[in-house]
Amino acid sequence: MINEKFMRILNIDLNTSKIRIDQRTDLMPYLGGVGIASKLLEENMHPELDALHPDQPIVFAIGAGTWVFPVLTKTVAMFRSPLTNELGESYAGGRLAMTMLMAGYDAIVITGKASKPVFVSIKNNDIAFNDARAFWGIDSEPTGQAIRERLEGGGKRSIIRIGPAGENQVAFASVCVDSFRHFGRLGLGAVMGSKNLKAMTVMGDRSIPIHDTKNYFKVYQQIYKKCTTTDMMQKYHDAGTAIGLRSLSVSNSLPTYNLKTTTYEHADDISGEEFARKNLVRKVACTGCPVGCIHIGMYRREFDKGHEYEAISVPYDYELMFALGSYLGIKTTDEIIALIDEVEETGMDAISAGVCLGWATEAVEHGLIDESDTIVPLKFGDTEGYLKAIRYLSKGKNKFYRNLGKGSKHASSIYGGADFAMHYAGNETPGYHTGYASAVGFAVASRHSHLDNGGYQIDQSVKEVNPEDLVSKIFFEEHDRCMVNGLGMCMFARKIYDHQTIIEALNSIGWNLTAQDLEQIGKRILRTKLRIKAKYGFSQKAVRLPKRFFETPTMHGVLDETIVNQMMKLYIAKANDMMCEPDPVLETLAAEQKAAAEKAAAGKPVAKTAAEKAAAKPAADKAAQG
Amino acid sequence: MAKYLSASEMNKCIGCFTCMNICSIVNKQNHSNTKSAIKVRTRGGMTGRFVAIVCIACDDPACMEACPSGALVKREGGGVLLKPELCIGCHRCEKACIMQAVFWDDDINKPIICRHCGSCARFCPHKCLEMVEAGEK
Repeated sequence: MINEKFMRILNIDLNTSKIRIDQRTDLMPYLGGVGIASKLLEENMHPELDALHPDQPIVFAIGAGTWVFPVLTKTVAMFRSPLTNELGESYAGGRLAMTMLMAGYDAIVITGKASKPVFVSIKNNDIAFNDARAFWGIDSEPTGQAIRERLEGGGKRSIIRIGPAGENQVAFASVCVDSFRHFGRLGLGAVMGSKNLKAMTVMGDRSIPIHDTKNYFKVYQQIYKKCTTTDMMQKYHDAGTAIGLRSLSVSNSLPTYNLKTTTYEHADDISGEEFARKNLVRKVACTGCPVGCIHIGMYRREFDKGHEYEAISVPYDYELMFALGSYLGIKTTDEIIALIDEVEETGMDAISAGVCLGWATEAVEHGLIDESDTIVPLKFGDTEGYLKAIRYLSKGKNKFYRNLGKGSKHASSIYGGADFAMHYAGNETPGYHTGYASAVGFAVASRHSHLDNGGYQIDQSVKEVNPEDLVSKIFFEEHDRCMVNGLGMCMFARKIYDHQTIIEALNSIGWNLTAQDLEQIGKRILRTKLRIKAKYGFSQKAVRLPKRFFETPTMHGVLDETIVNQMMKLYIAKANDMMCEPDPVLETLAAEQKAAAEKAAAGKPVAKTAAEKAAAKPAADKAAQG
Repeated sequence: MAKYLSASEMNKCIGCFTCMNICSIVNKQNHSNTKSAIKVRTRGGMTGRFVAIVCIACDDPACMEACPSGALVKREGGGVLLKPELCIGCHRCEKACIMQAVFWDDDINKPIICRHCGSCARFCPHKCLEMVEAGEK
């Protein structure tokens, strides 16, 4: 917690509608964000129980520099993923991180299941469990609107909610954060649905005095300047991530037609340039980001004859344009917006939804499934069919859609077609088939997501394939990004926050860190995540990549499976070495806690009053956790 | 010539809230955006357009008129300046401002009055806010 030497954790038990506050000094070595969230997940997890069991926790956490420095805008959510059945970790921007800071909670841990649908509203001085029965079955945006009108505090509150897909526990259901951002990947929406938790709001108005304004503001201004006057982040504001689509197609890296190919003949028609020309109406920012990468696209939909129109507007980004565009053979930006709108409203991860539908379309082509399963015809390029299929998927309309709603790995295990079910360890492929670093990077990534180690960027930065060099780069990014995710940073600011900048920033708000500390923090967090994965039964060695990854060309040619396997082995060896490295900081902490616990035990009389027992409990809890 | 703050180009606003952060840092040495003299809000939720609620530098300020203790004095270029030692915390200025641009600092029980220092405008990444010469309204 800023200005303090402890982390302040809000624990919410939905079974009893009770809360508990913990002040944890022992979490400081984990920095914040994904660091403290990993530790809290590890403490609260139940490896023996299903991902959607009520006892499973959801952990939200903000970073060590949230809001107080530019572009530190992300909240992390950690849980057991119903999609991969192992580590669930997802990030969202919007206002959530700032509001958690203002409310005074570094992390929120939610366990249990409400007896009826609820939305929980969280403030610095109150928590309420509100009736949400009437919201059940309602789409994401109307739910947000209804809550917005009901609650006071415009501008400094955050509203997160699930759509029907989350309620129906679709394994890749998302959570919408403040209309434009999402906890997209790995199914947090389903976990919220399993807890009868339709929505959560956070607002706060506490005072947070600055201790050393002169030093802090000096560092703030340096970072702000880099964000706004250099070209380090310019592309994200200009045409946004969308601008990458065309060049990825030209360089054989754009997953198209269920990855039958990586170059798309209609790339120009759905490019970032085309979106900007035809549909872009507005750009907005997450709270605390002066860049503003959120691009809002609009199209005019005729909903009836006689000049009856409505305006549909959605946030668009590269990943959505690939998953609901080239991957499904969609040829116009308007149709992509319509599909984005449908996954928004039903509340699903756009990547997994698109990739699952891509698999289903090809499964129809191969005769593995037919219209008795899909209800509507599924054909590449047929937006009308996909719009209906998205709705059926979110509702679990029939047995087929319920199976597909558990992910492409699961569906292909039932209907066949595993060779072209494009997932990495159960998580559907991101929009980059760039080469060895992407394939290996996604496969070894702790949550099998492209932002874990940025393998796709490594591919784009190298000319020749040197397996050892690529693995070293992937491994460095994997643990280094754990550290920056502890800061609460948006990955788009990766170039702004070099290690020296991070040290200056954190030390100006009361930390005392060195470059060596940063490396140790990153590895400490990654070790925690890898321990969690092992407890969930994940084995890196058991990961098998679908055949098609080795058939469709990348910018580095068709991938050789032997080289991929060699790189995976190299990575596993590096990770194993890291697991054995000593951690002096945690060892010292454990020794201190043990000594304190012994001293406390020796100093206390044998017979305790009830009040003394209660007072002594937090210390005992802490010792047990160490 | 004295300048005042004008939120004239809010159509360019991306809703980053940097102005609020900067105002709290510079004027209140605080990270809380509740301490800011400028508030950015949306009309109609996140999908609505952004508006800035901030002192519009009245020539004939109702807040000053409503103050019973003479804690608000006229500022050259428009608006008012707060003399905190004279303020008794009665909230009359807050109620008098029809722009609803007088906010409250609960910690010290005094109004948050924009002093038109221009810090927010200097840090606005999209030039939605600017300092303009008095008389150029």
